[in-house]
Amino acid sequence: MHCSRCKKKPVILKPLLCKDHFIRYFEKKVHDTVKNFSLLSNKQKVVVATSGGKDSLTCLYLLKKFGYEPTALIIDEGIREYRKKTLEDLKTFCRKFKINLIKKEFEKEFGKTLDQILNSNSKNPCTVCGILRRYLLNKYSKGFDVIATGHNLDDEAQAVVMNLLRNNSDLLFRLGPVSGNKNVDKFTKRIKPLYFCSEKEIKIYSILNKITSRFTECPYVEEAYRMKVRDFLNDYEQKKPGTKKNIIESFLSMKKNYVSETKENTYCERCGEPSASDICNTCKLIKEIKLKV
Amino acid sequence: MKIQLEKDNRTIEKKYSGKVSNLLKELDINPVTVIVLRDQEILTTQDSLRDSDEVIILSVISGG
Repeated sequence: MHCSRCKKKPVILKPLLCKDHFIRYFEKKVHDTVKNFSLLSNKQKVVVATSGGKDSLTCLYLLKKFGYEPTALIIDEGIREYRKKTLEDLKTFCRKFKINLIKKEFEKEFGKTLDQILNSNSKNPCTVCGILRRYLLNKYSKGFDVIATGHNLDDEAQAVVMNLLRNNSDLLFRLGPVSGNKNVDKFTKRIKPLYFCSEKEIKIYSILNKITSRFTECPYVEEAYRMKVRDFLNDYEQKKPGTKKNIIESFLSMKKNYVSETKENTYCERCGEPSASDICNTCKLIKEIKLKV
Repeated sequence: MKIQLEKDNRTIEKKYSGKVSNLLKELDINPVTVIVLRDQEILTTQDSLRDSDEVIILSVISGG
């Protein structure tokens, strides 16, 4: 068996490509996503919300390679044995590729690590982490035009299915290569250059380009509903290859025809950030669990 | 065959020769979720393995 474009040994079966042709295929896919969805221009300042994992490192690597001069922003939640390892990988990566790194910590910003916050209340870890992380991301990306993330095909297929199962059409149709409510003032555009790339493709690309990151798993991950959806989709993908891609393409096709209800933009009375209610979820949470901000 | 399982951080010994796809099946691992390496070379599920090989099975899944 050989590459569909040459005689060399393949590194992937679908598409059937050798190392060199796979790299070209992958980079073209990301480049086309940036171009076709107008994600980013050379004049715009981009910050990449980075975890130190393969997806966000690959996103950083490619944006740098394409000439965009990204900055990396990592939010350290203070999760024991997890964030320390990914942070080390990120620092090494940024040094190697000469990328500016901004690091912000839950402990300095809120007075407690995520572990400490969760020890004293029974809230869902992912809900708390997500709200507080997004707050810091919003706060420290103000000087940038665009926030990029390493969200990939697998992540997005999971998100589409999760929102369908929960009947969250408003949240559902905010998903996409450009996400969030673009009509809100103070909102920094969020983009996903790896939107059409599967986790497997990203892993292969990162190995071939020596973008190394160790496998680490958040200790709170097993509690996540997303993990059940992930496992279900992976089982289905094994039986029916192309399932995740079909979910995304169907979703994008439906999104074209979706007209959201026009709502007046509202802002949190406490912090001034865009909010669906008088007080935003972050401020409510900060008050409820008594964090120092 | 020596098999290093990155996700579980352990190495196992198993008598095996045959395709990568069958090895993963015997280990109850979904091929969608992993990459298999031998001597730093990426293998596909159609590649053949010998009992003397040493392989690493890497998880492709993001950890959180």
